[in-house]
Amino acid sequence: MSMDVAPRLDTDALLDDPQTRIVVCCGSGGVGKTTTAAALGVRAAERGRKVVVLTIDPARRLAQSMGIDALDNVPRRVADVGGANGGELHAMMLDMKRTFDEFVEAHADPERARAILANPFYQSLSAGFAGTQEYMAMEKLGQLRARDEWDLIIVDTPPSRSALDFLDAPKRLGSFLDGKFIKVLMAPAKVGGKAGMKFLNVGVSMMTGTVSKVLGGQLLRDVQTFAAAMDTMFGGFRTRAEATYRLLQAPGTAFLVVAAPERDALREAAYFVERLAADQMPLAGLVLNRVHGSGAEQLSAERALAAAETLCLADDPADPDDASLAHTAEDSDPAKNTTGAENLADGGFVDHHSGNAQARNPSAADPDVSPTSAERLAAGLLRLHAERMQVLGREQRTHDRFTALHPEVPVAQVAALPGDVHDLAGLRAIGERLAVPPERTKRAAG
Amino acid sequence: MSRLHVVSGKGGTGKTTVAAALALALAADGRRTLLVEVEGRQGIAQLFETEPLPYEERKIATAPGGGEVHALAIDPEFALLDYLHMFYKLGSAGRALKKLGAIDFATTIAPGLRDVLLTGKACEAVRRKGKDGRFVYDSVIMDAPPTGRITRFLNVNHEVAGLARTGPIHNQAQAVMRVLKSPQTAVHMVTLLEEMPVQETADGITELRADGLPTGGVIINMVRPAILDQEAVEAAANGQRTAVAKALSQAGLGGARRGGTAERLVDPLLEQAREHAERVELERAQRAELTGLGLPLHELELLTDGVDLAGLYRLAADLRKQWPT
Repeated sequence: MSMDVAPRLDTDALLDDPQTRIVVCCGSGGVGKTTTAAALGVRAAERGRKVVVLTIDPARRLAQSMGIDALDNVPRRVADVGGANGGELHAMMLDMKRTFDEFVEAHADPERARAILANPFYQSLSAGFAGTQEYMAMEKLGQLRARDEWDLIIVDTPPSRSALDFLDAPKRLGSFLDGKFIKVLMAPAKVGGKAGMKFLNVGVSMMTGTVSKVLGGQLLRDVQTFAAAMDTMFGGFRTRAEATYRLLQAPGTAFLVVAAPERDALREAAYFVERLAADQMPLAGLVLNRVHGSGAEQLSAERALAAAETLCLADDPADPDDASLAHTAEDSDPAKNTTGAENLADGGFVDHHSGNAQARNPSAADPDVSPTSAERLAAGLLRLHAERMQVLGREQRTHDRFTALHPEVPVAQVAALPGDVHDLAGLRAIGERLAVPPERTKRAAG
Repeated sequence: MSRLHVVSGKGGTGKTTVAAALALALAADGRRTLLVEVEGRQGIAQLFETEPLPYEERKIATAPGGGEVHALAIDPEFALLDYLHMFYKLGSAGRALKKLGAIDFATTIAPGLRDVLLTGKACEAVRRKGKDGRFVYDSVIMDAPPTGRITRFLNVNHEVAGLARTGPIHNQAQAVMRVLKSPQTAVHMVTLLEEMPVQETADGITELRADGLPTGGVIINMVRPAILDQEAVEAAANGQRTAVAKALSQAGLGGARRGGTAERLVDPLLEQAREHAERVELERAQRAELTGLGLPLHELELLTDGVDLAGLYRLAADLRKQWPT
């Protein structure tokens, strides 16, 4: 019995709604954020929308699956997606340095742009130190939206230490630009002009002295040249970052928090939900990835384990009754049966009983008369089931905890795939599972 | 013998847990280790079930045999003030810089300075000696940034040394780089037996090697036991359905006839077994991939009930058995 049943997040309705123009997937590392973004992209395109997926740092094979192995900062059409419905999927990977360079080239006169691009401080900054990625992701998102070429932009957030750092980008940039430090940096150019600023000047020269002492004179000069060259552009920078921030708050944007049904991931998810609310960002819901289900939920872990034990006890060579168990076989293909038994005797089991299999399976040619193998097989199946049910129970508990904290957040559960996703077929399967709730959700009613 | 253990891995593989278990394992028998957090997430405090760590080294656990694990959550801002104070005696100037927004600038915007401070602090702890002339910590274990950023993170001092070509920052950066590239350091990768983390591990190791950073071991985390393999499952599906139904029935799970309670279990159970077998097969391939990296492999079992303090000690004991001494 669940205390709260979260409303279901209808991802198809979200993707189909022409009002939805931006979907932002955020979540901690390793929960399938990029995969979710890509799967939503594929699904939206196949439902007729013209979509672009902006990924920040995709795993190589996932990028390959969308044909964006080459990092060139321009959306590329993904072949074999959409088509019939008039939908299209485009995908791109963020190239931070190039985005930054383009920004400089677009906002400064050629001479100044050249000076900036050649500045060593700029070169390190743009090559992707912590922090730059967030600004550039915001910048790229703003650019894509401004071009208005796509019905829907799906973006996954940078893998930063806190996955919501990009929300802070405009504020941080603002506090830096409004702060006195930038003025101190530019001090050599400006100090001395004004009367009555003597006190400040003393402070400033002491500061420049300190900064120079720590950084070394040459680095300070690089930073100063950089700051002076960027001076006219900083304003534009902030304006754009703020505009993108407002764009994210506006109707038409939907945030999806992505998580796996594990304690840490859901704790982070709860934090994201709170943080988005604090920033007044429109949260559409939680995508809960890799949720396990079972077609035999009526059989509890405890009963399955007990039954497995019973079988192992019965599976004792001293017990002559074993033989009475197996005679008839309605599955009647004898060839298959033979293969099966041989495989089994070959150590199909990886559990502790395998050492005895040979000795207690005298009639390998006639497998269905071999009670031990069927029993051991059944015991293995039951143990597996018990393990599965334990996973289910744990996932349900962590999920319930989240729902208790945030009962208002709609949830879409994605049934776990046994393998890994690295091609379009896999992405389609994920999209399918996003739209159709897995079996276990039925359980919530019970 | 390395003394700085840098623990990286793809997000979600359990870096923090493994780093903590390693800190416990290496503290056994009266030794003293320092567990360092650099990502500001307070994951260590959660793991050890204590309140959030301040910017201060404090003992958080006792290891078997009387060892001690200390922990430190490095805050870049404090680290910078600390650094200014330590090297330049700039106590008051540091506060003034903070007022100006210079510290914000340095720790959030200035290229790499944040990472310089984090690595610098860890290396300082590695080199620190007590009055008796012995190292204060036998080992320092760092819960490091994920695979995608680890090489850049560790190499930041190299880049900074190029940026500041003279002066104290240059010298400091060079000193840190010497520690990081020496055999004193070992970079370990945590992975799961899944394609993406394994691929990232392989890529990360290639990058580390290309940059001359010392690789340590690969820790395969959350290993689940293999109960049935593909052949057994196929056998069950293809010829033994009735016998399996009978066995289930015999174990008290209902009737074995078609439509009986036990018989109806066979299909879903087989389906689960097929998924399991598929995963076992996949894991076998991934394990082979990891073996090909030519690094020591360590395995930690999946704790089905999640990692609590008791679980952490169990992982530490496991790791200790496998760790080269």
